[in-house]
Amino acid sequence: MLDLHGYGPRLLEGAGVTLQLALLSLLLAVVLGLITASAKMSRSWLAHRIATLYTTVIRGVPDLVLMMLLFFGGQIGVNMITDWLYYQFDIDIFININEFVAGVVTIGLIFGAYMGETFRGAFMAVDHGQIEAGKAYGMSNSLVFRRIRFPQMMRHALPGLSNNWMVLLKTTALVSVIGLSDMVRVASEASKATREPFTFMIVVALIYLLIASVSEWIFVRLQKRYDIGYGEAD
Amino acid sequence: MESLLTWLETQLADNSIFTLQTLSHYGEGLTTTVQLVFLSLIIGLIAAVPLAIGRGSRHAWIKWPIFAYTYVFRGTPLLIQLYLIYYGVVFVDGIQETWLWVILEDPFVPALIAFTLNTAAYTTEIFRGAIKSTSKGEIEAARAYGMSPGLTMRRIIIPSAFRRALPAYGNEVIFMLHASAIASVVTIMDLTGAARFVYARYYAPFEAFLFVAAIYLCLTFAILYFFRHLEKKLLAHLQPQTG
Repeated sequence: MLDLHGYGPRLLEGAGVTLQLALLSLLLAVVLGLITASAKMSRSWLAHRIATLYTTVIRGVPDLVLMMLLFFGGQIGVNMITDWLYYQFDIDIFININEFVAGVVTIGLIFGAYMGETFRGAFMAVDHGQIEAGKAYGMSNSLVFRRIRFPQMMRHALPGLSNNWMVLLKTTALVSVIGLSDMVRVASEASKATREPFTFMIVVALIYLLIASVSEWIFVRLQKRYDIGYGEAD
Repeated sequence: MESLLTWLETQLADNSIFTLQTLSHYGEGLTTTVQLVFLSLIIGLIAAVPLAIGRGSRHAWIKWPIFAYTYVFRGTPLLIQLYLIYYGVVFVDGIQETWLWVILEDPFVPALIAFTLNTAAYTTEIFRGAIKSTSKGEIEAARAYGMSPGLTMRRIIIPSAFRRALPAYGNEVIFMLHASAIASVVTIMDLTGAARFVYARYYAPFEAFLFVAAIYLCLTFAILYFFRHLEKKLLAHLQPQTG
């Protein structure tokens, strides 16, 4: 019924690349988002300014432009630094920026800015009395974060997080433009070779919809888990 | 104009990358980007209004196809939609011989179709949410005045829903501006296309892409400012009263 002209395994491999890329970028984005949120809420004027600059610039520039800047410019930038290290300190290292790293770094950087906003709102929604109660029990700052602020913050952050993840997933398609063999690139090569764009693009679209539907289900489960203790009253 | 050009030329005299020629590339790119984004937003907006009303219809045969359309177009990457339409059109057998080819030969048209379908799907859902959140009291008041459902929709629901949808629609406009960068993938010389050209020509990634990033940033701020101004005017009645 569906003739993939032998591109099936490569398409599956590409789907694997897409999924890896998306999950790694999500991890980076969450870490950057937590840092940005803390910087925005910190009393330090400088940290606040840097975080605001970061989120403003990132959200004002198209993801494709950032990706190209990082991929095409990144190698030159890294070479400049390693050259300088070599001349100054005689340290000889070579760092190769490949498409995968450039993709993860760019997508992580972009969505870190969005996650920062999500987390900031969520942290502010946690009742301050909870934190004081934790301190009264003699918990250290990190323990308060781990046991009280983070779990309660997640309840408020999950809807935004799930939204960001859906957009992030679709953004991964752009890495095909800088040459990474994700499923979009495999599909576009196959389309050109077999002159059957509909077959391949629809298969890829269905895989995206499948990943989106599965993650929606996971987020519903997660929301239920973090909602424990709330919402039972009504 | 003539004196402005000579002035610009002297200013750029010792600049090897940003010559008048490359700047004109960026200028043309800016025009293409603005045209593409503006046209797709306008057509998408016009299409989204009946779609959003239909999405809330009681009839399953109106409701479900619209839901399927928005679900698919919001659930898949725009790049896939663009490829599907761009390659899909090119590879239709015999299309090169028909009159349609004259229009579709230019990648601008397939890109415009893809962008329009995409933004219409998002805008439909934005309006749908705004229509759904119309307060029951307003609708009941309209009924009590003897308005028909059609008149209620036209006079009460749509105007107030439009206003409430404004902030979300502003985000969609910015999203569309950023999404339009992928038009460069199908050989359209938009802003990003111009940057890629300059990069390839001079092998100067920082100059080429940072410059274009700054232009996008300015455009984004202009849109933000415009929508904030519009919100202040149109949503004045929803602001907390001061004094």
